[in-house]
Amino acid sequence: MTKDECKKVVVDIIADIAPDEDLSNLKPEVRLRDQLQLDSMDFLDIVMELRKRHGIEVPEADYIQLASLDSCAEYLTPKFNALAAKR
Amino acid sequence: MKPSRIVITGIGLTAPNGDSLAQFRQNLLNGVAGIERMEIRYMGSQLAGVCHYDPLRYQTKKEVRVGTRAGSISIYCAREAVKDSGLDWAAQAKDRVGIYIGCTEHGNVETENEIYNISQFAYDTKYWSHYHNPRTVANNPAGEASLNLGVTGPAYTIGAACAAGNLGLIHATQMLRLGEVDLAICGGISESIRTFGIFAGFKSQNALATHADPLKASRPFDKARNGIVVSEGGCLYTLERLEDAQARGAKIYAEIAGYHVNSDASDYVLPNPVRQAECIRAAVRHAGLTPRDIHIVNTHATATPLGDIQECEAIRAVFGEGCPDTHINNTKSYIGHCMGAAGALELAGNLPSFTDLTVHPTINVDDLDPACALPGLVLNHPRKVAKVDTILNNSFGMLGINSTLIVKRFLP
Repeated sequence: MTKDECKKVVVDIIADIAPDEDLSNLKPEVRLRDQLQLDSMDFLDIVMELRKRHGIEVPEADYIQLASLDSCAEYLTPKFNALAAKR
Repeated sequence: MKPSRIVITGIGLTAPNGDSLAQFRQNLLNGVAGIERMEIRYMGSQLAGVCHYDPLRYQTKKEVRVGTRAGSISIYCAREAVKDSGLDWAAQAKDRVGIYIGCTEHGNVETENEIYNISQFAYDTKYWSHYHNPRTVANNPAGEASLNLGVTGPAYTIGAACAAGNLGLIHATQMLRLGEVDLAICGGISESIRTFGIFAGFKSQNALATHADPLKASRPFDKARNGIVVSEGGCLYTLERLEDAQARGAKIYAEIAGYHVNSDASDYVLPNPVRQAECIRAAVRHAGLTPRDIHIVNTHATATPLGDIQECEAIRAVFGEGCPDTHINNTKSYIGHCMGAAGALELAGNLPSFTDLTVHPTINVDDLDPACALPGLVLNHPRKVAKVDTILNNSFGMLGINSTLIVKRFLP
């Protein structure tokens, strides 16, 4: 998985948990919370959907890594690739 | 000191056959029922009363996703009631508003959904939703309405099985009279059809209706009735003290005349006609009336073989043969049993009788059960009457809770 593919996975999840938001102009380097109406429960949704849809676990200490799309991609892409290698 | 006079100034509702009072009433007069087939988890196609209001009228997509169906119905009805009341909502002191919502139960839908959800993951509870607790707390429906409307006064639910709709109105009346709030948004709601448990429970009890034609499935008082059609719905009112309503020139639908609530203390599920009759009599007394003064009796009858007969026994005991101006009807024959919303919705459907002097009938009675043949029963066709000054609404529930609410034509 590339980092861009990883970002798309995250944006697809956000589209479901924040269905009123316009995601067409998300800036990857800017904190998601600064661009979207997302609260702490929504971030728990992102964590849950990564778990449910992709088998990816994000420990609480690492939640900060989900701040922006860029940081998501940095943190999650190796996890996706490690998981793919196991399968 | 004389208690304050309490009046109804706004109505918001969603029923299986209408999403506004005007539409609901028209369908009650035209004999239009609203029962359909619905897929129920584990049980397949079942008969149900489904509401078709637009949740996005008052909620964002995210609010609908995060919240519950009960919350969504509450928000729709509360917003519609406030709009109908003509209140200047922006100027309203939100800390003086109370939200009192009757519900049969709450939390079953979300719990069933979550158990089904984790069943897809080998019952691993790490897949259990973090929304489970806010969705299942008993105050959820009222709490969601308070969030949506910005109400900072008391907002809670009243659990009273299928008597809950009446209880919402009764409790609101009491809180207004105590001076706890200046405006009450109150009534009842139900999301029951979103759980398989209520269908399965009634089926196990041999109390779930079946019929080839969904629109004929709910048939109180008919010989061939065979049980309850489970429905969702909601009806919330704005209630105010008369002087407040008059000060702002509000339109007034009706005045709360009297009420009573009691308990059978005799069985988990079987009704008790002696206690029901006591409840009706006490409400009539509370209103300062006699049975002859009641012009419409809206029955609770749910179309179970025994329950209908027992309520008729109670009504016969109170009204007998000596009440020629008392007309008796039933609304569940159109919309099924809306559970916690039943009392509030069924009252609303009859309120226009004060102006159109027409009593909506009980439909689907092809062969009247002689045990239910009450004098004054309005069957299958609306009845024009000379006078409607009072409406009595019965709502009874499991564990033997009985409620009777009486409203009267508003006369300054």
